[in-house]
Amino acid sequence: MAAIARPREAGRQEAGPRRSYPVWRWVILIVAGVYFLVPLFAALRFAGIGAFGSVISETGFTSSLGLSVRLAIVTTVVTIVLMLPTAVYVHLRLPKLRRLLEGITILPIVIPPVVLIVGVLQIAPNFLKSTPYLLALEYVILAMPFAYRAIDAGLRALDLKTIVEASSSLGAGWISTLWRVVMPNLRTAVLSAVVLTVALVLGEFTMASLALFQTFPVWIVVNDQTSGQVSVAASLLALFVTWLFLLLITMIGTRQARRTGGGQVTLFVVARQQTRGD
Amino acid sequence: MDQTVAAPGSLAGPGALGPSGSSPAAARASRVTLALRWLRRISGIVPFAVYVTLGLLLPMVAVAVGAFQDNSGNFTLSNVHAATHGVYLHGFWQSIILSVVTAVLPGIFGLLIAYAVFTAKRGTILRQANVTASGVFANFGGVPLAFLFVATLGASGLATRWLADIGFNPYDHGFNLYSLAGVIVVYFYFQVPLMVLVILPALEGLRPAWREAAENLGARSWDYWRFVGGPVLLPSFLGCVLLLFGSALSAYATAEALTSGTIPLTSIQIGSFLNGNVIAGQENVGKALGLGMVVIIAIAMIIYVALQRRAAKWLR
Amino acid sequence: MAAAAAVAGSLLLTVGCSSSSSSTGATGSSTASGTNTNWATVTSVAAGGGMNALVAAAKKEGQLNVITLPSNWANYGTIMKDFTAKYGIKITDANPDGSSQDELNAVNQLKGQSRAPDVLDVGTAFAVKGDQEGILAPYKVATWASIPADAKAADGTWFADYGGYVAIGYNSAKVTTPPTSFADLLKPIYKNEVAINGNPTQASAAFSAVFASALANGGSLNNIAPGIAYFKKLHSEGNFVPVAASAATMESGQTPIIVWWDYLLASEIGPSVKGLKIVIPSDASYAAYYDQAISKYAPDPAAARLWEEYLYSTTGQNLWLQGEARPIELSTLVANGTVDETAYKALPPAPAGSVTFPSQSQQAAAENVVAQQWSSVIG
Repeated sequence: MAAIARPREAGRQEAGPRRSYPVWRWVILIVAGVYFLVPLFAALRFAGIGAFGSVISETGFTSSLGLSVRLAIVTTVVTIVLMLPTAVYVHLRLPKLRRLLEGITILPIVIPPVVLIVGVLQIAPNFLKSTPYLLALEYVILAMPFAYRAIDAGLRALDLKTIVEASSSLGAGWISTLWRVVMPNLRTAVLSAVVLTVALVLGEFTMASLALFQTFPVWIVVNDQTSGQVSVAASLLALFVTWLFLLLITMIGTRQARRTGGGQVTLFVVARQQTRGD
Repeated sequence: MDQTVAAPGSLAGPGALGPSGSSPAAARASRVTLALRWLRRISGIVPFAVYVTLGLLLPMVAVAVGAFQDNSGNFTLSNVHAATHGVYLHGFWQSIILSVVTAVLPGIFGLLIAYAVFTAKRGTILRQANVTASGVFANFGGVPLAFLFVATLGASGLATRWLADIGFNPYDHGFNLYSLAGVIVVYFYFQVPLMVLVILPALEGLRPAWREAAENLGARSWDYWRFVGGPVLLPSFLGCVLLLFGSALSAYATAEALTSGTIPLTSIQIGSFLNGNVIAGQENVGKALGLGMVVIIAIAMIIYVALQRRAAKWLR
Repeated sequence: MAAAAAVAGSLLLTVGCSSSSSSTGATGSSTASGTNTNWATVTSVAAGGGMNALVAAAKKEGQLNVITLPSNWANYGTIMKDFTAKYGIKITDANPDGSSQDELNAVNQLKGQSRAPDVLDVGTAFAVKGDQEGILAPYKVATWASIPADAKAADGTWFADYGGYVAIGYNSAKVTTPPTSFADLLKPIYKNEVAINGNPTQASAAFSAVFASALANGGSLNNIAPGIAYFKKLHSEGNFVPVAASAATMESGQTPIIVWWDYLLASEIGPSVKGLKIVIPSDASYAAYYDQAISKYAPDPAAARLWEEYLYSTTGQNLWLQGEARPIELSTLVANGTVDETAYKALPPAPAGSVTFPSQSQQAAAENVVAQQWSSVIG
């Protein structure tokens, strides 16, 4: 069991300068780089640059992308608003329910989207059914496993009880505590959750196509029928657009953090940290 | 919802009298107060519970009910029987093997990458690019991903030709992209980035001050990981591996595009029942298979909880 | 009486199709006949008050929802454009890559929504299923008599539209010795070259390829097992590439030979692979037709019926022919001399004799065998 989480540090000296770059770090990054970039290169080589132009000029590029972006925003906001307070509350007040929460949040991952959509369509009110925002509500369910796992990992890394107690002893209410004390400490977790959710929405095809809405991934598939090269170019373009959008979000998020001055509360705890255990 | 932060579990307050000397009215009042307090305690998760009930539990119930119905709505066990025999049983095994392998190995690799990137010194740009690229790749899959690898590691793929030029054609040594091994190689493409993204917040729990403190006390790397790093990361690591397991279990578009069903996998089989072009009228078998997946993930949860307990005990 | 109505209907149809201003026609103005008709229950154009009434009502609806019709599938792109140009009715094509089951699901789940599909193009097993579920509206097009009896439901809930043969398509630039039969494909020169379009338990083209190979190897419509054995042999010889073939895989050189529907080889791969040649295997001929159906809950019932009339008119049938698919009324067109000669000659030569299709029970039995045994192909 102990062997699982141990990266081996080849060539590291004990008393040596701690700022050196161990070899293993580069080995990992190079192997990863080769694995992820070579297939992209092979696909790009096949598609050719010219094919991209014919994809972008197809009608519906901007409208479908706009729809997907709107859906992504709604989904992300609802997911964070739903998952973050719940996760914090359970960690804080109902630790016995933590396992149950983990179990519930992982279930959506194994339900086929076909079935999920059937369930929701049966109970959704009509005014909602005719708008694409019904999809956003379903996407929250799809994003739940990933968002919760990221937030949970962040919460475990935090001494939640202490900072919340400190905050409330200084007179802050629940919402104030969440927003100004807990969240800044969960910045990475929330960022991961947001990135996962947005990427999920921008890439989700099955439910959108079953509900007959033309989101960006649906549009990409619709327009990939002219030729093999265009179809590959279309999917590479989808990757690139998603990546740009995520970059935009993370850059805005980082700038926002710097401007509001953080509000980070780091507590120094020495050596043998108690596990947030069970 | 302006609650004072009480230590979890404490319900001390007026009304909690001892067994002796309490009047019936006072006892009833204390029970009501207890109930109210309990309600207040769980009210924090009501919005979540409502959402989950509507969006998740109801469809799940629909699946579970459908699994035991025949086409006219009568109760039957034939779907479940079909789903647990023959090629579908084989499919469950293959899916489990595939999911375990593509949960643990990418889990380790993802942790290493996350750690390498996270602890790099100059780093905001690298880290941002890494996080966003991971987000993109974590959701990449299906036909385009299959094509990427066919073009790279297919019989006449780019990398295959490069390797053949240097004298090591993988196909001569038994490798085939269109086999379970090939599918595993392809699954890394979205499993590793997923791991990177979900384990990254946990790495924040490793305060650099601890490392310094440990080394000042004479600890070597191995000791640091054994006594400090490991205990902090292990619970989150196990949770992320569980997530990867579920993700691999339910993925099907990539494997289907790559192998056209020649490898039986439960997710592909569900697809052919629930939204296919060939088999009509047997959706309830598909639902029985879906129920099987829920059972598998439930068992995985149980194993996960057991592992967490043992890890906590052992590492304390 | 019915025959006279049919003749009258088809005469009106040809008149309507040839003159572009027929829609503003003076005869039978819409105010007199069309507005009170509930087109959702109309079972034929004659019963609805004639072609002009139908056209007027359809134009009033102004919109048609179709589903799972890729634009390069049997020339649907051109067909949809032509229909819109002719009648000014906007067509929304949802979920073009969807499956037949998706179409039935959409009809059921989107009941009452304006987005719901009006017309369906599904495999026969699914048309029958839709009929059993009671979600199809019976309708007999004006040229109903030209559709063979075994290719339609007697009550008009579904009727065959177009089809094709299982064919071998190969890139002649890469494949120097042309294969002509299933037996040929086993030869060692085709190592790592042969693929089918997907999973036979999920994709009907792949399923049909297995059925065709069964017929070529001593099987019959009752016995698909030799087809599985054939693919097993194809794989052990090293010729079979299990990837789901597409234009991209052929273009990139990974699957120079694809066994698929002849019309899809032509329309989906032909445009980007210049050297594509299509040949129907000499040792087996297996054909299948898809079916049209109108949704009982169609939000645009008049437009739906007009669409069907259009598809089964000479224009519509010839447009399918130009997509290298065989329209169901092909023999009638040939006999009447109204067939598009160029398109007809461009078809791969059909095998002699008539085609037999598997019955529902034969198909279901074959599906079960494939579902159970396909994974044994790669052992």
